[in-house]
Amino acid sequence: MNDMRIVERDVNANEIKIKGDKVQVFYGENHAIKDVDIEIEDKKVTAFIGPSGCGKSTFLRSLNRMNDTIDGCRVEGTISLDDEDIYDKKVDPVQLRARVGMVFQKPNPFPKSIYDNVAYGPRIHGLASSKAELDAIVEKSLRRGAIWDEVKDRLHDPGTGLSGGQQQRLCIARAVATEPEVLLMDEPCSALDPIATAQVEELIDELRTNYSVVIVTHSMQQAARVSQKTAFFHLGNLVEFNETGEIFTNPKDPRTESYITGRIG
Amino acid sequence: MIEPHITSAFDRELEAVQAHLMKMGGLVEAAIMDAAISLETRDEDLAERVRKNDRLIDEMETRVNEEAARLIALRGPTAVDLRTILTVMKISSNLERVGDYAKNIAKRTSVLVQMTPIADSSSDIRRMAKTVELMLKDALDAYIQRDVALAQDVRLRDREVDQMYNALFRQFLTYMMEDPRYITGCMHLHFIAKNIERMGDHVTSIAEQVIYLVTGEMPEEARPKGDKTPYMVEPRG
Repeated sequence: MNDMRIVERDVNANEIKIKGDKVQVFYGENHAIKDVDIEIEDKKVTAFIGPSGCGKSTFLRSLNRMNDTIDGCRVEGTISLDDEDIYDKKVDPVQLRARVGMVFQKPNPFPKSIYDNVAYGPRIHGLASSKAELDAIVEKSLRRGAIWDEVKDRLHDPGTGLSGGQQQRLCIARAVATEPEVLLMDEPCSALDPIATAQVEELIDELRTNYSVVIVTHSMQQAARVSQKTAFFHLGNLVEFNETGEIFTNPKDPRTESYITGRIG
Repeated sequence: MIEPHITSAFDRELEAVQAHLMKMGGLVEAAIMDAAISLETRDEDLAERVRKNDRLIDEMETRVNEEAARLIALRGPTAVDLRTILTVMKISSNLERVGDYAKNIAKRTSVLVQMTPIADSSSDIRRMAKTVELMLKDALDAYIQRDVALAQDVRLRDREVDQMYNALFRQFLTYMMEDPRYITGCMHLHFIAKNIERMGDHVTSIAEQVIYLVTGEMPEEARPKGDKTPYMVEPRG
């Protein structure tokens, strides 16, 4: 089946942003990711779904080398960002993470003001040369995070004083402040109520105008709602990777079918 | 009107599938009239076009249904959104059937143009088709406007179509009894009239879907039925 969305927004599609080639991830003896080949497209939302322990978060974290911080974790194969191997010795993981931003499950604003939460990344990466420039970056990022109107009059209040949904959008604003090319999201809505979830999902759909977004979610319905491509992981294998409409109406692999219809977990 | 969804992509998708359905409705309206006019004006080329264009209507139905399935799978629609998608699927199937009847009329037209016209029956048929076409137009308008009163009105107007069919049925029976050479032509004309009568039933079903979409319930009270031909015996004198 073709992509049937009759008026899906036209975005500059089909350019490969991240490419994984025979990726293996080990935690000590545990072989957590097995032989994953994947091509993640630019300006699209790619969802990773699968039961707990299937490796989807592990794989997501290997895309910006968050796994480097875990003892005994080893990545084999190649993962490239714009054809550049991110595990190459020349690559500085800090710089990499400025290009590949991340949003976590629980909103985790720094115990600082709303302004400083967003300004933190641009400051350490030296992206602004003046106060006015930094102000502009903060405003632009908060607007992209779809939270500007709610916080513009209290930028110097603590970020932790916001509601859960606002905190998560603040974290997204913080992640986009360093002008990343890719945004990784690990269960970004699992701590939010349905309305805040819908707001974050709407934001994700807008973000793909500028970024490639990869989202890990336990909610299959969320994957269905927000993504254009869906990858189903099971026991460390990438079982099926296809256009989201295809995965949810006519999956090819019986394991995918069983999972999305609630027959295996 | 109801407020937009927070997830605006859902609104765009719902609008798109409904716009597609309305476009399909436009093609079906045209097919009804073109089929009837081709019969009245004995225009074989027009009949041929009606037959060919039916493929487009069929393709649109497939596409609407695939999109509806996709929306159900991806959006988990509830309440009015669910009713919207269910009615989209039913209406597209009604429209497709109406399109098939128009195609069948066009096929019979290409046979009938080879024969002597039977009185002014083709004008009667054109008037009957016009009635159904206007009902369809109003049913689709009622859908767009979510107008229950207009949908009710369409539903009641099906009786006129039934009465026109009864009259034609008697007329054709009389012709056939008068002169057996009219039998072939009259049989074709009778099937055409019957096709239009069935179109009216599908349009009525579309109007009922509009009522379901808006109110959440199918209309209960029985509507007056006008098709008496199942009980018809030989016309007297």
